[in-house]
Amino acid sequence: MNPALVILALFLAVSLGLGLLARRGRTMTLEQWSVGGRGFGALFVFLLMAGEIYTTFTFLGGSGWAYGRGAPAFYILCYGAIAYSISYFLLPVLWRYATRHQLHSQADFFVHKYGSTALGVLVSLVGVVALIPYLVLQLKGLGIIVSETSYGALSVPVAVWISVSALVVYVILSGVHGSAWTAVLKDIMILAVAVALGIYLPWRFYGGYGPMFDAIEKAKPGFLTLPAKGMSVSWFVSTVLLTSLGFYMWPHAFSSTYTAKSESVFRKNAAVMPLYQLVLLFVFFTGFAAILQVPGLTGSQADLSLLKVSKLAFSPVVVGLIGAAGLLTALVPGSMILLTASTILAKNVYRPLARSASEETVARLARGLVPVVALVAVYFTLSGGDAIVPLLLMGYNFVTQLFPSLLLSLPEKPLATPAGVMAGIVTGVATIAWTSLSGITLAKAFPEWPSVVTDLNIGIVAMIANIVVLVLVSALTRRRSPAAAAAVAFSDRA
Amino acid sequence: MRRVPLYRWLAAIPGLLILLGVPFANRIRARVLGMPFLLAWIVACVLLTSLAMAIVGRLDDDRARRERK
Repeated sequence: MNPALVILALFLAVSLGLGLLARRGRTMTLEQWSVGGRGFGALFVFLLMAGEIYTTFTFLGGSGWAYGRGAPAFYILCYGAIAYSISYFLLPVLWRYATRHQLHSQADFFVHKYGSTALGVLVSLVGVVALIPYLVLQLKGLGIIVSETSYGALSVPVAVWISVSALVVYVILSGVHGSAWTAVLKDIMILAVAVALGIYLPWRFYGGYGPMFDAIEKAKPGFLTLPAKGMSVSWFVSTVLLTSLGFYMWPHAFSSTYTAKSESVFRKNAAVMPLYQLVLLFVFFTGFAAILQVPGLTGSQADLSLLKVSKLAFSPVVVGLIGAAGLLTALVPGSMILLTASTILAKNVYRPLARSASEETVARLARGLVPVVALVAVYFTLSGGDAIVPLLLMGYNFVTQLFPSLLLSLPEKPLATPAGVMAGIVTGVATIAWTSLSGITLAKAFPEWPSVVTDLNIGIVAMIANIVVLVLVSALTRRRSPAAAAAVAFSDRA
Repeated sequence: MRRVPLYRWLAAIPGLLILLGVPFANRIRARVLGMPFLLAWIVACVLLTSLAMAIVGRLDDDRARRERK
């Protein structure tokens, strides 16, 4: 066993240990296991949310896209900032409502607001469908890290199987408490590693940022600006919009807001999180540094760039530490996603359909579903050839379809009807599913249209369809038009 | 409906600078601290987000305190 792999195994053991420690002395009810009993202060919620947000996607996907695509990767730095400014106003409203009504999940929120159990099941299914590519990308990242740090001793499929077993054990042992503690360790590691790499590599290989970007521009003219077609300005702006609106629509991000002790937590986080996000800048620098040092990684191979360039620059011990940081950035979010997906399936899909099921049965089912969801993700990980960033964008296409319905639910009386909301969500999700399964794009379907229109992110196009259907069906299923209802809702509060 | 205090619109500025500013920032070829202009523009917007949210947070706290009195 090489030193890098030993270090990796050590960190895995430590995080499993932390998971076990966090669990000791608590009886694990479903609430303890999934929302940590609602007792987390600012720092913990911050870490938990950061834990979910800064994932393998950031670490390997961010550097991979800087390496393979150049300027379009910058979108990753944009959408968080916008999402945090929205969060300042949105999350306290969600939190107050969820706390008052003792809600556990995202679906509970929709069920309560719209008074429709069927809507809750639909929202849950959309959430789970969106979470699968998110989990797949964590597994891809884990596979890459384990196989790269083994210096060829372990193939990617073997590495994926090892990683997923660790993940399942970890989740079943500890639930949300384990995630929070490991998140502390992970955040320190990722911060140190990403910043160190992003400063050291450009200086070591090019003598600074300026010379590095000059060299890249010379080798690949236009790589550092958005192209006129394809991932153009139009793609960029619509993608930033889509992802910033979808940011808190992820079921795990949505329900992790419930774990806060008070709403002031979110106000503080809105100012701090954008700064924390600048870690991404250093991740980009690492990806850019790799371009001329480890050339020739095409397609999804670009996700290997961070580790390949690290192996070129450092000894196996250092590579092991970098790999360990990567391992944790996949393990923490991976566990949250796995936990959320299986809890949702048990609590928000199974229970509404089998009302007589006891709390205990549902909790057992939630745990039992963990390995099942994991296996589904393994299947897609080993069969699909997508890179990390497109996988997350796929998830966003689905999950952002929930945003219009959430927004319209916020006033005292929702501005849409349950039927309207469900029709809208189904339209949006069906549009995404149809275009991605058939491979149709706007650019292919309407080649004569200007690229400003055809480059739009398909998720935004689907959301527009979603809103149109939502408004129409709401108007049809209620005598008062939504606009009149809105006027009533506002005048009620005046 | 209660009026939204004017200062809260501060929170929207960095986001608008990203969404509306990127098409223009993408055309500038200058370098800032060695970085491509587009990247530097985005980094500045992120820093501005943090500043704007801190200011809005502070002003909201003051307002809540005044209302309690």
